[in-house]
Amino acid sequence: MHWDIVYNNFDYFLYGNTTLDWHFPFLHNPEGLVASVILAICGIFGAFWLGLAAGLMRLSRKWWVKIPSVCYIEMIRGMPLLLLIFWFYYLAPVITGQNMPAFSTTMICFVVFTGAYVAEIVRAGVVALPKGQMEAARSTGLSHAQAMQLIILPQALRNMIPSFVNQFVSLTKDTSLAAILGVIELTRTGVQVDNREMVASFEIWIAIAGLYFLICYILTSYSRRLEAQLSRYQARNR
Amino acid sequence: MDYTFHWAKMFSGEPAQWMWEGFCTTMQISVISLICAMILGIVICILRMTPFKPFQWFSLAFTEFFRNTPLLVQIFFWYNASYFVIPTVINDWMNDLYYWFPGPFSLFGHEFVGEWMLFNVELIMGIIALTVYTAAFIAEEIRAGIFSIPKNQLEASRAVGLSFLQGYRYVILPQALRIVIPPLISQALNLIKNSSLVMVLGVTDLMYQASQIESYHAMPFEAFTVALLIYLAISLVVSLCINLYNKHFMIQVMY
Repeated sequence: MHWDIVYNNFDYFLYGNTTLDWHFPFLHNPEGLVASVILAICGIFGAFWLGLAAGLMRLSRKWWVKIPSVCYIEMIRGMPLLLLIFWFYYLAPVITGQNMPAFSTTMICFVVFTGAYVAEIVRAGVVALPKGQMEAARSTGLSHAQAMQLIILPQALRNMIPSFVNQFVSLTKDTSLAAILGVIELTRTGVQVDNREMVASFEIWIAIAGLYFLICYILTSYSRRLEAQLSRYQARNR
Repeated sequence: MDYTFHWAKMFSGEPAQWMWEGFCTTMQISVISLICAMILGIVICILRMTPFKPFQWFSLAFTEFFRNTPLLVQIFFWYNASYFVIPTVINDWMNDLYYWFPGPFSLFGHEFVGEWMLFNVELIMGIIALTVYTAAFIAEEIRAGIFSIPKNQLEASRAVGLSFLQGYRYVILPQALRIVIPPLISQALNLIKNSSLVMVLGVTDLMYQASQIESYHAMPFEAFTVALLIYLAISLVVSLCINLYNKHFMIQVMY
């Protein structure tokens, strides 16, 4: 076993071979684990808002609001992420007329891809609430939008958290696909170190898998705390 | 936007043939790994349910590890680093397969010649990775299905005079499996989509062939769009089947 190779390359796994620039910490040229985490976090935030918008559009009664969102959700849910990434990678220059960096290309793809799944979760969460909630809110004089914002969504959000976390854990794992376009993130550093060292594939890939496991574990444990915090009112009633 | 599309070229000659081969390979990989993953998933689930602690620990570690690490990393792991897990004899045997079927032979309606053949190491490792990854999810889903049946059903079946195993066979499992089937089918869908990842090993699946057309015929947009539509068609057909199935066989719960 050559665990020393993992030990020697650990800083490479973490932030690649960029010199640390603490003035703009990692953001302009992130590599290694830092790149994976940035991709994951930006993907999560983008996907949350995009998914919320698409999910609420999906619930609308007006067909011209509903149909685009249904098309978007069904399209994205039916295709592999890798295919979306490649497709968009070749489509983007056709639209914009210039090459796009692989990093931002993949980030947009992560947001768009996960947004579709989040939209379905949002829809399911809102539909699962009793209908009386909306009726009661309307009867007290709130408008539809206000009722949605003040009554429905806060309750729905709490029920959605476990599914959100599943989705975000799988997004975190999916960030490894950026490696195929050549973005130097955690998986790509694994490939590079594996190619360089030749003797320690097992140790290197176990270390990479362990780092991903760690991110996912942190995400899951934080979400458990968030869920406990959001359902503290409910717990008292039971 | 000065990009000219060549849609017609996609549906004739080399590109069409490559896409068809890729589609067949993708379906083969998906079907083989789905069957293996079902078997492995059930085994892992049974291990988790046994009272023997080391079995429980093993299957817990198995599911947690394979569910929380990316499939791409697992594929690289199986291809580059499996010498540690898979015995040398079997590894050598898989390498020898290349020499065992050297000539062209046809399977599922298309010809495999030399490196295009079915059972090379890359494809086997891809199938193993997909199998193990999906099995971890399937095991959890079956376990959840069995747990969702109230425990007093088993007690009631004992009271009626069925044995423990009979209770499982006639009361618990028929209900649990019906609950579990929709998530299992969506797992199958995920498997089909995930199978696009084995292209990183050079397995000639649909995704690989699309990128092949991209580099040989300089038609990236058309190739990936056609691949996209094929994946979409597969997914829509399967989800249509789920919906029909659900309508007919869903348990009507009444409390």
